[in-house]
Amino acid sequence: MKLKKRIPVIDQGNKLGFWGGKFGGNFVPETLKKPIEDLEILFNNLKEDKKFIAERDKYFKNWIGTPTRFIKLENLTKHVGGAQIYSKVVSDANGGAHKIYNATVHCLLAKRSGKKVICGDTGAGYAGKMLSMAAKKFGLKCKIFMGAKDIARQQPNVKAMKKNGAEVVPVYSGSQTLVDAVSECMRFWVANCDTTAMCVGSTVGPAVFVRICGWSTSQISRELKVQLIEEFGSIPKKLKLYNCVGGGSSSFGFWNEFMDYDKKQCEFIGVEAGGPAKSKKHAAPLTYGSKIGILHGAAQYVNQNSDGQIEETESISAGLDYPGISPLHCFLKDTKRARYTSASDEDALKAYKLVTKFEKLRPSLEPSHAFFVAIVESKKFSKDTIVVVNSCGDAYKDKKILEQRLGIKYVKSN
Amino acid sequence: MLNPISAAFKIAKKEKRPALLTYTVAGDGSKKQSLNILKSISENVDILEVGVPHNTPVADGSQIQTSAYRAIKNGIKINDIFNIIKKFKKSRKNKPVILMGYYNMIFQYGENNYINKCKASGVNGLIVVDLPWPENKNFAKKCKSKSIYFIQLLSPTTTDTRLKKIIKDSHQMNYFISMLSTTGGKLKVTPKEILKNYNKIKKIDPKKQTVIGFGITEKTIGKLKSADGLVVGSAICKEITRSLNNRQNPVTNVSRLVKNLKKKTT
Ligand SMILES: Cc1ncc(COP(=O)(O)O)c(C=O)c1O
Repeated sequence: MKLKKRIPVIDQGNKLGFWGGKFGGNFVPETLKKPIEDLEILFNNLKEDKKFIAERDKYFKNWIGTPTRFIKLENLTKHVGGAQIYSKVVSDANGGAHKIYNATVHCLLAKRSGKKVICGDTGAGYAGKMLSMAAKKFGLKCKIFMGAKDIARQQPNVKAMKKNGAEVVPVYSGSQTLVDAVSECMRFWVANCDTTAMCVGSTVGPAVFVRICGWSTSQISRELKVQLIEEFGSIPKKLKLYNCVGGGSSSFGFWNEFMDYDKKQCEFIGVEAGGPAKSKKHAAPLTYGSKIGILHGAAQYVNQNSDGQIEETESISAGLDYPGISPLHCFLKDTKRARYTSASDEDALKAYKLVTKFEKLRPSLEPSHAFFVAIVESKKFSKDTIVVVNSCGDAYKDKKILEQRLGIKYVKSN
Repeated sequence: MLNPISAAFKIAKKEKRPALLTYTVAGDGSKKQSLNILKSISENVDILEVGVPHNTPVADGSQIQTSAYRAIKNGIKINDIFNIIKKFKKSRKNKPVILMGYYNMIFQYGENNYINKCKASGVNGLIVVDLPWPENKNFAKKCKSKSIYFIQLLSPTTTDTRLKKIIKDSHQMNYFISMLSTTGGKLKVTPKEILKNYNKIKKIDPKKQTVIGFGITEKTIGKLKSADGLVVGSAICKEITRSLNNRQNPVTNVSRLVKNLKKKTT
């Protein structure tokens, strides 16, 4: 299995949509074959279309707000005493997380295809919130599927979705989290694909959704590359990019532009959700060596039992609480371009406390996982190592959990 | 030897009625009950579809989901399902059985192992909901080499050129999904429109048997009688759920329902 240079990773799949010959694909009901093919044709054309790119960039700039900040975490760096720690504050983006890029592109595509309704899944509620924002902006009706457990634990985002006029459909099956929301959303699309567009909230799902999402979030690394050169004059000799990994959209977007650099110069570290320290359940299929299986239309490493039933996950962060992982990351793991590890619930909370103590930054529980590993590893790095953590979400949505676990004083107001 | 699936269509044709196909989930309500349901309904059913329950089913509506989750909760494993089929076939040797499920379960079992086990237990056909054409070409070939039909799904969204290609590769039986829906949705198109699509498919290769499924109930089955076969699934799963909720015997209730369905097709 080999990663090719100078070809975008999203375009390195084979004819049937498999990366490395075995990750991804289109394991979908016959009914979805045609709508998926239509979307592929549309996307393949538009992504080479200068006018479309200009339109995308206009909305990214004026509506989402680009670039998001690239800042040095001076106090944290001093406290840790090793590498220079920076953050790309992607939570600056309109809505408060990276999910806005994919949502915006999907709505632009939906408009082009003449669809009037768009449906989407959400875990942490950011993908849903962003889709509701973009749908409103572009005049589409919006329907969001969300696990009942996530609705309870991510209320601020649920309120935002409703305020934007989206219908939020609670999903009560299975573990009542993201995995069930994606299933239900796909089922809805099967029954309504003639009138409705679907947005998958991360780099998961049938191959075209993986590609669209990766293409959209790559905005993050396009900005970062410019910012690094502005700050250091060139891409640093020892650069380490830390990102949390749920489905993998934020991490893929954070790394994409640096793909062709040697990993000795530019290393990618993906941090999965290890779940509660005391629990056997986790949402870290790459870290724990889960077997390849099919989930939501794509072959990937996924938590499952020997019969092939998908296993329940557990994580304090709803956004990482997913048993599978993007085929792109399976590919990056097996080609050894990226390294994957995990942080527990407790680790993430510890990192949140530390970051908010030293910096004017409020990473949500998802990026707090990445901060934990970045902080631990930074201690051992030389002073000329540049560590960048993607702070891809804001913690306002986690208010209730933070209050329960850390006490009220850790919940910074909005 | 003629695959019992083809034999069943022949008999139905001779009796000038569509073949009746039922779908029940293996292990729903319990392993034993699901076997007893199969045995009991088989006298009125031409072909039995047995669902392999999966916990992330992307094409099933709420009734079949409920049955599947119940079966999984009851601890059903793939090998139990093969045992159920084997036991069933001991007493009903020539009654055709089709296993219907999702690809991951086959992938984990190993394609070759799965097909061999199907063969040994008496399975006559396979439907894999999320393994469409052309992704299924290789697997379908393997099935054919063991005289198991791989049944292709066709949908209202399948384009004409694609229909032709799929049917050219298909074995003796195809499954036409009546409308854009998960299983068990309300019929949102008229039987007339369904039959128009069906006839278009039929014309491509009249010798191949095509059944219609999704959304068929006691109310609608009579209007689709001109098809080669009709599949009823969610209505049966719903009856099992209803029976269990009311502490009634699902075996007798489902048998009554199936008897009625048969009556409406003749
Ligand atoms: C803030 C935040 N970070 C990370 C994730 C994980 O998703 P992904 O791995 O696709 O970036 C989510 C998902 O909801 C999220 O809201």
